[in-house]
Amino acid sequence: MADEVEIDQKVYDELIAQGKSERIARARAKAATVKAQKVAAGETIGPRAQSAEAPAAAPAAAAKAAAPAAAAGGGGGVATAERAGGGVRGAGGLTVEERQARVAAALAQRGNGASTRTGGGAALANQDHTHRLLAMVPPTGIQQIRGKQEDKVYTWPHLIASEFIAVLAWTAFVVIFSALVQAPLRELANPNLTPNPSKAPWYFLALQELLRYFHPMVAGVTIPTVGLLLGMALPYFDKNPSNKPENRKTAYVAFTFFLVLSAVLTIIGSFYRGPGFEFVWPWTDGLYFEL
Amino acid sequence: MSLLPAPDEVKKRVQDNVIWKSIFRPGSIYRKGYRDTSRDRALASMNNVLYHLHPVKVKRHGLKLTYTYCLGGSSFFLFILLTITGIFLMFFYRPTAGAGGQELAYLDMQNLRDTVTFGDLVRNMHRWSAHLMVFTTFLHMARVFYHGAYKAPREFNWVVGVILLVLTLLLSFTGYLLPWDQLAQWAVAVGTQMAGFTPVLGQQVQFVLLGGAEIGPETLLRWYVLHVLAFPFILTIFLAVHFWRIRKDGGISGPL
Repeated sequence: MADEVEIDQKVYDELIAQGKSERIARARAKAATVKAQKVAAGETIGPRAQSAEAPAAAPAAAAKAAAPAAAAGGGGGVATAERAGGGVRGAGGLTVEERQARVAAALAQRGNGASTRTGGGAALANQDHTHRLLAMVPPTGIQQIRGKQEDKVYTWPHLIASEFIAVLAWTAFVVIFSALVQAPLRELANPNLTPNPSKAPWYFLALQELLRYFHPMVAGVTIPTVGLLLGMALPYFDKNPSNKPENRKTAYVAFTFFLVLSAVLTIIGSFYRGPGFEFVWPWTDGLYFEL
Repeated sequence: MSLLPAPDEVKKRVQDNVIWKSIFRPGSIYRKGYRDTSRDRALASMNNVLYHLHPVKVKRHGLKLTYTYCLGGSSFFLFILLTITGIFLMFFYRPTAGAGGQELAYLDMQNLRDTVTFGDLVRNMHRWSAHLMVFTTFLHMARVFYHGAYKAPREFNWVVGVILLVLTLLLSFTGYLLPWDQLAQWAVAVGTQMAGFTPVLGQQVQFVLLGGAEIGPETLLRWYVLHVLAFPFILTIFLAVHFWRIRKDGGISGPL
């Protein structure tokens, strides 16, 4: 309610006197004002069963008839009986009387088909209520849908098509590159002739570079082993559930540090190390790097 | 009226053939009556052994090239390319070296370069793809990290991924020795020397790796078997787990 509703001062004072909080008192006082306005305008208010008096025609007689029927219905038929008694239009758009007439007609047409039921078809048709309350269903529904609805597309053709393009692109790249660039093949292996420098494959050059600074057991065994184990354990000690970059600054900084460190070590080992694995400038001393 | 049936008629008859229908399961795009409906799209990926590595539906954001950069898939494709080119190379390569006998390994490398049809091209493809695969696998790992894609429930798949990275390095490194040239011999020498510094078991580790006290014919045979059989076998098993877990853990991660 956007525009202000006036407070029914009398109700407000009463509620305050009863010790209600100001917030509740104000809300109820406003509600009282609205109710008074509606009554003045001749609108009906409140639940339907209570409104039975208002639409004059649907008489109290019906309601009275409903009561014993409900009782006869045994355990079940309380709630609907009251509602049916009101003579109000139900969900189907029919009044109770109309619906009963239909049911009776249908049963008559079927002959004694329904009479197998307890009490017989006619008796059933004459009852004032047509259904019984068997259970209360929570308003959320019986089935809970767990997974969120996500924005998804069919794998075929959307994903498969782009994968196919990627495959074609990679194949073309590898074939053309291989046709143009020759893979190295040096002279026959000779254990008595050590080339200078002797370098490991590029992905181990960061470790070979570390060999310059640490004992071989540290650089060649301890660091890679610990690095691998820590890498594997990473998801178990990064307890931060967020995958948003702004929530993961520490993780980003730490990971980027190691990534850049290993990249720098690999580049130094690859291009800036010459004979004797000594430091060289690649643009003056040439490249000592082979794939 | 021509004697030959119209192409449409041929297509219809082929697709109506009982053999054709036994090969292509319902929903296959090669079967008669494939229509571009939700049902047939779903069936097309469900009823194809390759496509059903994927779920029937994928998150739309995952299709963006700038989310995955296609790195995991590229690594996998390069592995397939390496397998195909590797099988080709196996026809022309014998892992035999020195020790008084013939230097068959190196001889075969020279023959591959000079006499085998497409031998040079296929060897180049094998070598460059190998380097590329190591590189794309590294990048894939970095991409997964930056997207936080290793977080619950995907922790274990990250572990499998690290194992796959190690296996990729091992595959590349064992393959490095096979040409049996100076480059291979000494790169492997540098690598295996480090293993000798393993605490307590250093000597034993190095001996197992080399099949002897130093790099020799036994090393070549050993690394050849590891390279063409053992590591690809193990890698394939872990790949299967890796792909399976992607689906089980709810498909691609994100969106961010």
